[in-house]
Amino acid sequence: MKYLTYIIIGTVVLLAPFYFYPTILMQILCFALFASAFNLLFGYTGLLSFGHAAFFGFAAYISGFAAKEMGFTPEFAILSGALMGGFLGLAIGALAVRQQGIIFAMITFALAEVVYFICLRAPFTGGEDGLQSVPRGYLFGLIDLSSSLRMYYFVLAIFIISVLSLYRIIHSPFGQVLKAIRENENRAISMGYKTQQYKLLAFVLSAFFSGVAGATKTLVFQLATLTDVHWHKSGEVVLMTLLGGLGTFTGPWVGSAFVIALNDGLADIGEWVPFILGAVFVVCVLLFRKGIVGYIDLYLRKTGKQ
Amino acid sequence: MKRKYLSLLMGISLFAQVNLNSISSALAADAGPVKIGVLNDMSGPYADLGGKGSVLAAQMAIEDFGGSVLGKKIELVSADHQNKTDIAANIARKWYDVENVDMITDLTNSAVAIAVQGISKERKKIDLVTSTATTALTNKECSPYGVHWTYDSYSLSNGPVRALIDKNKKWFFITADYTFGQNLQSTAAKMIKDLGGQVIGEAKHPLNATDMSSQILAAQASGADVIALANSGTDTSNTVKQANEYGITKKQKLASLLTVITDVHSMGLNNAQGLIFSEAFYWNANAGTRAWSEKFYKRHGAMPSMVQAGTYSAVMHYLKSVKAAGTANSDAVMAKMRATPVDDFAFKGAKIRADGVLDHNMYLYQVKSPSESKGPWDYYNLLATIPQGKTFQPIEESECYLVKK
Amino acid sequence: MFSSLSFSPQLVLSQLVVGLVNGSFYAILSLGLAIIFGMLNVINFVQGALFMTGAFVGYFLLQLAGIDYLYALFLTPIIVAGIGFLIERFLLSRIYKIDHIYGWLLTFGLALMIESIFRQFYGVSGRPYPVPTWLRGTIDLGFMMLPIYRAWVILVSSIGCLATWYAIEKTQLGSYLRASTENPQMTRCFGINVPWLICITYCCGVGMAAFAGVLAAPIYQVSPLMGSNIIVVIMAVVVIGGLGSILGTIITGISIGLIEGIAKIIYPEGSHVIIFIIMAIVLIVKPTGLFGKRIR
Repeated sequence: MKYLTYIIIGTVVLLAPFYFYPTILMQILCFALFASAFNLLFGYTGLLSFGHAAFFGFAAYISGFAAKEMGFTPEFAILSGALMGGFLGLAIGALAVRQQGIIFAMITFALAEVVYFICLRAPFTGGEDGLQSVPRGYLFGLIDLSSSLRMYYFVLAIFIISVLSLYRIIHSPFGQVLKAIRENENRAISMGYKTQQYKLLAFVLSAFFSGVAGATKTLVFQLATLTDVHWHKSGEVVLMTLLGGLGTFTGPWVGSAFVIALNDGLADIGEWVPFILGAVFVVCVLLFRKGIVGYIDLYLRKTGKQ
Repeated sequence: MKRKYLSLLMGISLFAQVNLNSISSALAADAGPVKIGVLNDMSGPYADLGGKGSVLAAQMAIEDFGGSVLGKKIELVSADHQNKTDIAANIARKWYDVENVDMITDLTNSAVAIAVQGISKERKKIDLVTSTATTALTNKECSPYGVHWTYDSYSLSNGPVRALIDKNKKWFFITADYTFGQNLQSTAAKMIKDLGGQVIGEAKHPLNATDMSSQILAAQASGADVIALANSGTDTSNTVKQANEYGITKKQKLASLLTVITDVHSMGLNNAQGLIFSEAFYWNANAGTRAWSEKFYKRHGAMPSMVQAGTYSAVMHYLKSVKAAGTANSDAVMAKMRATPVDDFAFKGAKIRADGVLDHNMYLYQVKSPSESKGPWDYYNLLATIPQGKTFQPIEESECYLVKK
Repeated sequence: MFSSLSFSPQLVLSQLVVGLVNGSFYAILSLGLAIIFGMLNVINFVQGALFMTGAFVGYFLLQLAGIDYLYALFLTPIIVAGIGFLIERFLLSRIYKIDHIYGWLLTFGLALMIESIFRQFYGVSGRPYPVPTWLRGTIDLGFMMLPIYRAWVILVSSIGCLATWYAIEKTQLGSYLRASTENPQMTRCFGINVPWLICITYCCGVGMAAFAGVLAAPIYQVSPLMGSNIIVVIMAVVVIGGLGSILGTIITGISIGLIEGIAKIIYPEGSHVIIFIIMAIVLIVKPTGLFGKRIR
């Protein structure tokens, strides 16, 4: 049974670009990764950051700059973007993790606005116009990524490597401590864990993988703009994770697929899309806090027992 | 573990349901009609400049042309890019890759125009930019498939600067802080300096700002002779209205670098009277312009701006060239477009230069006072005509790789 | 930058006056937000959207019913408070039992919904709202001409803020409010209907936002984006001022307006971000805020 599901999913994922517009699929993969990285912090560690777009967007600009102005090959462009995202995570995290709950969220929000300002004014970002015409380049110097199909498989590979890493992080002793911190931080402290360090590391890892997502997104769209660092994007990733299922592993993927498909499929009706997203947010917070995957999980568990 | 995969499977099928339309369009055969896309701002500060009126103008051109060319139907698509470069880029890409659009026009917003011209160049598709000002489109970002149709920063600054510079040497800029405003300001500033004037200060504002108080007061404190507005659309209307509120116009002159008739209409003649600016088109200029504009007015409810007239002109010229070339292939059509002068009520005799500029006349207008105006939309007095050949940046100074030696 | 402009007193004073006008709005809006946070422990992210709704209601009252400015000033807060009542009773009250951070997310979702409705019908550029005829004209201050309407705004905000401060700190109802904030359980034991008080507080906070909306309409134009532009600033004001301090919020609101005004002279591009830098510093160094009394 397990192998059957593997095969089905594998086939769908590998053949998808032939049936769906590849750019949409790549967008979903990038945001699924972004949401998964966010989930590490909010779902598994219990820390709500309202400024995660800072890491996503900053890495997006760095990778765009690396690819366009410094001629990096795509894998190094993405790596540099992600590393800068991680460092930014270290800087912001170090300041924020000392506080809890709403204060923590507000610090991340305020510092993300500062990052937005930096991206707005820095000469290399192109300000309001954004960083345009970012070349996709040659992977490892050999494979031309300008074809959508090849780019899709590259993005898919990055996605798989990243989520496997996240899986490993979550299902490890480290991950268990994070869950403990989410449940009851004082208890974890009393058991001798230096929770500040754990929270900071989780923050940095989350920022790093958000950076991978942002850096990859730049190469897909060949564009990095201020929308990537705006607080609306921070809100979007919270929605994707909440909708898909907080604290579940595949929840964020489903959430982002849903949001992006909605944005794209209903693009013709314009402003009703944010209305629907807002409504989904409200409904999720009130009635549906476990998210799609969370409820499916619950349902299967119940029927499994019977 | 099993549960997780099943959950994922269900998630994927959920996503597939929402995206069924994508499948059909990706599989659709490509033998279809000639498609034209109008991409602009339909809900923001530039909605009246181009907006739905521009879509109507394109529609009118298609209808007047006959509705079909080379035996194929002509289809029109349109979208609102909300002044966001990434949204515009995505729409343009999707139009070219999935919906087989042949030509995109309008492209209000300079940043958007640059991005879409780049995408069009990559895919060898034609883009006819009938709005936006940035001279970059015919300099660093020029494309063999792009034409900058109606106006640009140079031709907009030319008229007002030359008209005012003799008696007014000190200039202050209020500028929209993005590529359009910055380009307009630097083009005009260079002209001012070359003609012996001085730029004594500037105050920037974000696009679509509503309160211009601090910029206006800074302009007042500077003691400049002329306050030049390097912004457009509702930004200009707001600046002019508030400048009047603060009593600026009593001691200092206001020069707008980009105003169209719809802005004057929303400001009201009380606020706008005396304002000087350049336009490429005025509905009441002659019998030809009046005839077309009346038709437009009946369907749109407002008189056409130069952008909307420009869109009509561009689409008409494009369709004529497609017919003459016998194909929709971009290279052939561009060759025909360059070889033939434009022939319509607005841009008669205009020619496309090698750098992509459409060389044509520009007109210097001054807004009438309420007592001078004989009726609604009767707003302009013609001060001067700047003839074709003298309106745009001399081609020798262009940085476009297509003409550089 | 304001290059080649010296720090002329005219420039400084006129920018400070503009800053004072902006600060008046920040003060009134943050006051509403602060009161709601104090009582409900929820960051009412929809405050900005309701500010915008207030402006639009004022616009509709004028356009559709011919009800002019002065009546709109009183009618609009009542109408929008009604909306607030529905939000509090049917939506917000359900999250009191769970982590209050969900309140922020809930109101964020609501703000998205409200803003998108207005954007769908009115685009993103503003609609003009005329300055009432009895407030037109300018006062000659010497260094600038101050439109009378803006002086009116400063006056009305000050009265509004003082009235709110008085109501909370000096009246009996205010004391019930403060008691419920400190210890809801205990206050209930005294027979005070705390849930009803919470609802009233929310409606008042939201009503203040709507009042500010009508006040803002003639200056800032009536635009669907009014809310999202200002919500981040007033959140910062409330946090900097200190949770639980009414006077602190008022002082901070006005000060932030003035600081913005000065920033526009020295480094105009940074006038928006300076608020967040201050917010971050205050949160890191003194999380209770400059005038705050206790951590929640």
